[in-house]
Amino acid sequence: MATTFLSRRMLIGVLAALGLLAIVVLLSLGVGSDNTIGFAQVLAVLQGAGDDQSRMTVLDLRVPRTIIGCFVGVALGAAGALLQSAARNPLAEPGLLGVSAGSATAVVISIALGASLDNLQVWIAIVGALLGCSVALGVARMSGLGDDPIRLVLAGAALSSMLAAVSSVILLTDQRTADEVRFWTIGAIAGRNLSSIQPAIPVLLLGLAVALLLARPLAALALGEKVASGLGQRPKLVRTGVMISVALLVGSATAMAGPIGFVGLVVPIAARAIVGPDIRRALIVAVLLGPSFVLLADVLSRIVARPTETPLGVISALIGAPILVLIVRSQRLPAL
Amino acid sequence: MSVFPPAALQTQNLVLGYQRTTIIDQLNTEIPHGQVTAIIGPNGCGKSTLLAGLAKLHPAKQGQILLDGRDIARLSPREMAQSLALLPQDGVAPDGMTVADLVRFGRHPHTGLLRQWSKDDQQAVVEAIATADLSSMADRPLTTLSGGQRQRAWIAMALAQATPLLLLDEPTAALDLGHQIEVFELIRQLASEGKTVVMVVHDLASACRYADHLIAMRTGTIIAAGAPKTIVTPELIHQLYGVHCRLIPDPVSGTPIIVGVQRSIEKLEE
Repeated sequence: MATTFLSRRMLIGVLAALGLLAIVVLLSLGVGSDNTIGFAQVLAVLQGAGDDQSRMTVLDLRVPRTIIGCFVGVALGAAGALLQSAARNPLAEPGLLGVSAGSATAVVISIALGASLDNLQVWIAIVGALLGCSVALGVARMSGLGDDPIRLVLAGAALSSMLAAVSSVILLTDQRTADEVRFWTIGAIAGRNLSSIQPAIPVLLLGLAVALLLARPLAALALGEKVASGLGQRPKLVRTGVMISVALLVGSATAMAGPIGFVGLVVPIAARAIVGPDIRRALIVAVLLGPSFVLLADVLSRIVARPTETPLGVISALIGAPILVLIVRSQRLPAL
Repeated sequence: MSVFPPAALQTQNLVLGYQRTTIIDQLNTEIPHGQVTAIIGPNGCGKSTLLAGLAKLHPAKQGQILLDGRDIARLSPREMAQSLALLPQDGVAPDGMTVADLVRFGRHPHTGLLRQWSKDDQQAVVEAIATADLSSMADRPLTTLSGGQRQRAWIAMALAQATPLLLLDEPTAALDLGHQIEVFELIRQLASEGKTVVMVVHDLASACRYADHLIAMRTGTIIAAGAPKTIVTPELIHQLYGVHCRLIPDPVSGTPIIVGVQRSIEKLEE
C-alpha cells in the first residue's frame, strides 16, 4: 500500500514538469521573432558579455517576459485547478467562465476613467475577477445548471461576451483608452517591464498561498458535500476561499498580461492526466506546468508569423480551443 | 451519578428544518451506547435529516443535541468529526481513487497543517481497511470493486476516523442481497467491538434483525422506540406505512419478519 501522498507517480510528475519548464525557459530566452539573437548570444549575455544589442534584447525584453510568463502561468494554472475542483467541472476555467473577462473589463473601465496601464491598480483587476467569479459560480449553482458541465461554460461564454461588448463600446468611443490597452486586451506578456508588474506579485503569492491551504479541504469536498462536512470541513467556507483565491490569482495575472484564456483549462487537465484527480497533487503539478504552457505559447507567438509577433492570447486560444472541443466531444466528461 | 451510562447521543426538544419548513419537530430521543440503532419510517419522514442533524450538518433550530452530555452546538466541525463519523449517501469517489486513498480521508479530522501525517494515522488506516476485510484490495481503484466492497471501503473511511460513534445513511441502498448481508454483518461486528452505530434503514426485516434498538419515525416525530421485538407490531407498521400485514418470527434469529403486506386488512385477520 502506498504509504504517503508523495507517491512515485507524483515524483515523476513533479520532475517531468520541472524538466519541461527548464527546456521552455531556455527556448523563451533563446528564440526571438527574428534570428539575430540566438542561444550563443544569450549564453554570452548571461555570462556578462555580449554586444549592446544582445544585452538589451535579452536582459530588457526576454528575461522580463520569461519571468512574467512564469508568474502568469503559475497563477492561471493554480486558478484553473481550483475552479475545476470546486465546481466539479473539468471545463470550469477562468477564461471560459468570464473571470478573466470580468477582470479585464474592470481594468478597461478604470483606464477609461483616467487610470493608466503603467500604474495599473492591481486591486481593480482583482475586484473585476471576483465579480466575474461570483456571477459564473452563482449561475452554476442555479437549479438545473449545476449538473451539466457544458451549460456552465455556456453561461460563462454569455458573461464573457457581454463583458467583451462592454469593453468594445468603451474602446470604440474612447481613443486614448483604445491606444493604451489594444494589445493588453488580447493578452500578452511582451513589452511589459518588471517594475510595472511588481505590485501584482505579492497579490499573486497570497492567492497561491490560499490555494495551497485550500487543497486539502477541496480534496475532501471532491467526495461530496456531506462527506466533507462529516470529515470536519466547512464546504461554504472552502468555496468562499476558492473564490477569493481565484480572484487574487486571475486578477494579478490579468493585471500583468491581460486576459489569457485556456491556460486554466489545459494545464489542470494535463496535471490530472499525470498525477490523477486528487487536487492536492494536481494543484502542485498545475502550478509547475502553468509556466511551461504560457512560455511555450509565447515562444510560438514569436515564430508563427515571423517577423511580426502574434499576441499570446491568440496562440493560447489556438492551442486551447481544439482541446476544449476534444473534451466536450469525448463520450464521457471525467468525473471530478 | 446515574447508574446507567448516559446515552451516546441525546436530543432534547430538537427542531430541525430548512429556512421556513420544519422537518423534525420537538424530538426527544436517546441513542444507547455500544448498540446498533436503526431509524425506520416512510420516505420523507425526516430520517436522513435527523441523522444529518445528529452529525451537526444542519444546525438545530430549537432544542439541543447532547453528545456524551456535551451540547454539540458548542463543538467545531472538526471536534465533531473526531468523536462522530458520518457516512452520508452522497459520497462520490473521483475516477482512479483507490481504497487506501479513500480511507486516508478518514484521518482528516485528526491531521492538518500543524499535525502532519504520522505512524498512528497510517496504523488507523491499515486497521480500518483490515476491519472492512479489504486488505488485499487496498491499492485497487474503487471503480474495480463490487458494490458491497465499495460500500465497505466507504465504511472503512468512517472507521479510520476512529470515533466511538458511527452514523450511516442507508448503508445498503442499491446493494443486492449478498452485498447487503456483507455490510450488515460488518456493522454487527463493529458493535460487538464497542462502537455505537446509528443507521437509517429502509428494509424492516433487516432493521429488526441487525439492530438492537429501533426508532420509528413518521412526519418528523418518533412514534415508537425500543427493541425490535417489543415495538414492532402490525399496528406500528400500519401507522408508519399505511399498510396491513402479519408478523412471524424469523426461524433463525427470532426477530420479526413482515409477511402478507397489503393495503386492505382482508384475509389478514386470524
